[in-house]
Amino acid sequence: MGTLGGAGLAAAAGGARTPGMEGERPASPARSSGLPAGGADGESPGGGAPFPGSSGSSAPLQGEVLDLDEDEDDLEVFSKDASLMDMNSFSPMMPTSPLSMINQIKFEDEPDLKDLFITVDEPESHVTTIETFITYRIITKTSRGEFDSSEFEVRRRYQDFLWLKGKLEETHPTLIIPPLPEKFIVKGMVERFNDDFIETRRKALQKFLNRIADHPTLTFNEDFKVFLTAQASELSSHKKQGPGLLSRMGQTVRAVASSMRGVKNRPEEFMEMNNFIEIFSQKINLIDKISQRIYKEEREYLDEMKEYGPIYILWSAPEEDLVDTLKDVASCIDKCCKATEKRMSGLSEALLPVVHEYVLYSEILMGVMKRRDQIQAELDSRVEALTYKKADTDLLTEEIGKLEDKVECANNALKADWERWKQNMQNDIKSAFTDMAEENIHYYEQCLATWESFLTSQTDLHLEEDSEDKP
Amino acid sequence: MEQAPLDPERQLQPAPIEPLGLPDSGLEATMTENNFGLKKIEISVSEAEKRTGRNAMNMQETYTAYLIETRSVEHTDGQSVLTDSLWRRYSEFELLRNYLLVYYPHVVVPPLPEKRAEFVWHKLSADNMDPDFVERRRIGLENFLLRIASHPILCRDKIFYLFLTQEGNWKETVNETGFQLKADSRLKALNATFRVKNPDKRFTELKHYSDELQSVISHLLRVRARVADRLYGVYKVHGNYGRVFSEWSAIEKEMGDGLQSAGHHMDVYASSIDDILEDEEHYADQLKEYLFYAEALRAVCRKHELMQYDLEMAAQDLASKKQQCEELATGTVRTFSLKGMTTKLFGQETPEQREARIKVLEEQINEGEQQLKSKNLEGREFVKNAWADIERFKEQKNRDLKEALISYAVMQISMCKKGIQVWTNAKECFSKM
Repeated sequence: MGTLGGAGLAAAAGGARTPGMEGERPASPARSSGLPAGGADGESPGGGAPFPGSSGSSAPLQGEVLDLDEDEDDLEVFSKDASLMDMNSFSPMMPTSPLSMINQIKFEDEPDLKDLFITVDEPESHVTTIETFITYRIITKTSRGEFDSSEFEVRRRYQDFLWLKGKLEETHPTLIIPPLPEKFIVKGMVERFNDDFIETRRKALQKFLNRIADHPTLTFNEDFKVFLTAQASELSSHKKQGPGLLSRMGQTVRAVASSMRGVKNRPEEFMEMNNFIEIFSQKINLIDKISQRIYKEEREYLDEMKEYGPIYILWSAPEEDLVDTLKDVASCIDKCCKATEKRMSGLSEALLPVVHEYVLYSEILMGVMKRRDQIQAELDSRVEALTYKKADTDLLTEEIGKLEDKVECANNALKADWERWKQNMQNDIKSAFTDMAEENIHYYEQCLATWESFLTSQTDLHLEEDSEDKP
Repeated sequence: MEQAPLDPERQLQPAPIEPLGLPDSGLEATMTENNFGLKKIEISVSEAEKRTGRNAMNMQETYTAYLIETRSVEHTDGQSVLTDSLWRRYSEFELLRNYLLVYYPHVVVPPLPEKRAEFVWHKLSADNMDPDFVERRRIGLENFLLRIASHPILCRDKIFYLFLTQEGNWKETVNETGFQLKADSRLKALNATFRVKNPDKRFTELKHYSDELQSVISHLLRVRARVADRLYGVYKVHGNYGRVFSEWSAIEKEMGDGLQSAGHHMDVYASSIDDILEDEEHYADQLKEYLFYAEALRAVCRKHELMQYDLEMAAQDLASKKQQCEELATGTVRTFSLKGMTTKLFGQETPEQREARIKVLEEQINEGEQQLKSKNLEGREFVKNAWADIERFKEQKNRDLKEALISYAVMQISMCKKGIQVWTNAKECFSKM
């Protein structure tokens, strides 16, 4: 640790995240970074989860990743950025502490400080004797020390994404894990491998991974790292590790049992949260339906308009004196059709995917709420047991102690992540609807220009004709 | 002589004292004149009213009556004075038109607005009693009367004048002209269409044109109605945003205001379509008028075909009589005749009988030649007058349709401006969320 100083840390452009720092990472006062107050991703009682990249002892910074020769420049860059933040104020002369720098990196909206870039592309169909499936190429570029390389390319299929999501939920039951695109789209989809479906899914998968990368806690998850970097065989063997199927089943049984007991003492703030989630879920689902419906209506309008324009051309044939006017009308309608197409594609790119993602998020939120309640229910049941059964009081008390920690961690994790999620939601929704409004404005502006120019040409013609008629 | 095309405003051109005399033209109108020798009138169909009454079979029925007001405009000061006001129902308008069709077959008679609502898009009612339909029909009927009043020939018709001024007994007066008897039967006209050999090429072309016009405008109106339907859908669904945003805003602290006000704009957007489509209906009505004008054009063509056919038949008949006469005179039998046949079978006729027959034929031939001459004259007059009116009609059509297309563009522009306004407001609300 001692070798790490401001200079070394600053070396990598964009700021290196140093392994081994995790234990001392505090939640920053100015920004809730989604970290539990009590220490590491500490959902499991009594200790921090293994920190990504660390193998017990703090791993030294990789020489090839960090360019130590250029540390002077990078320090400048870093300090400059740092001085922009309201968080930690320090002068360029002072060596910046590793901790404060790490805290800066957690800001969602600072793309210059992002050090993990993921793209999902190149869907490929694979045919085996048993099944046909699609894999996607995932390219990861990173400057982080704990990664063995700065660039990775792997192929993954939807199942692998499902696995990752499951693992993240398991490790962080009360964090809000981003949604995956659905397995199948129920209505309107005949073939699983329809081009539009694949493209939509690809975009959603990319979003999924980037959301994880941007999440202050999830980004350091070990399974996440393995997912991004391991070759197929490595991934398979990694998947086999971890709590076995039976123990997972055991967890589920306990969870169901405790949820059936109901939650008696849900804290006030979580009641509010639950209420929000319920209403939000209703509303976002409605908005999803409305938006889809608008798209459908616009498509049907476009189809009719496409038939409408040509009729004016047909009409112009027998009309000698009105030929030009009629043809011009037809051309205006045609231009408006193109504007409509553009408006529709804007809608389907900017608005629909965002709204749909939040529909999925609303389900996830309900799941997170449930899991939190379950954790609490476990505690409550032990407390109840203690009150009624006098036997094994010592054991129970010890258990209760551990569960109380667990509940506290879970609650804090959720609270912090909730604030972060809400902020993101607000930004995303605002952005999506602003874009939609912008698309509509642009559409009407284009149509307006088209018809205004038609009108001008008609009045010009009229003036010409008038002057011709006059002797 | 034909008068110059009239301004689309309400006023009649002054009528000269001597009306044009046309054979078979019905009762001439003699507009009263004041000291200045000119009189202008304004016609309006100002109201519509639901009435109940008893029909011909003494059954109760509901119908709509329309108030027609006629004002005379004093030449000097431009003030208008209400001179006549009476109520008429749609069937009386139909009667007027049918009369005009019979007595002015060379005129492209203005059409009536549709009897039943057609080319409706779903929101628009197909019910004849629907107030919007009635309103649009009122405007259509007014337009019909104005078209007649501004037609150089039709405006002088006495029956038309009485339609505007004589409430009671007008129907009897019309029927007394016996116009129904003068009407050409549909069957006769159809027959002529198929059998005429040399119609004027211009009329054949005109018929083709009117068919094309009818077909293309029908198609246009149908698709336009579907487009209107779809547009309605797009706008109205946005209204749902308003409701949901409002409900959502209740749970949001920072986003709440923005959502709520954006929702309001979505409501405005959704409701704006009603006015937009109502305006567009006016465009559809303008097109419909010309759709129905196509039929009026065809009527003139049919009349020409009938007259031409008549002429051809008369010429043919004359020719065959001349032939017969010649044969009788010379004794050669080239054409088959029943008389000839019976003569052969039952013996020759006496020279006196033959003389008698020749005389009869000669008389008939004379008569026939007279008739042919007058028919020819009639035919040429008809073609000349009809063609003059058709030229007048063409100019009117070009003017009107161009104006309609321009007003369509104006409507689109207005719609776009409204759209820009609403979405700009909405965008501002969203950006404040």
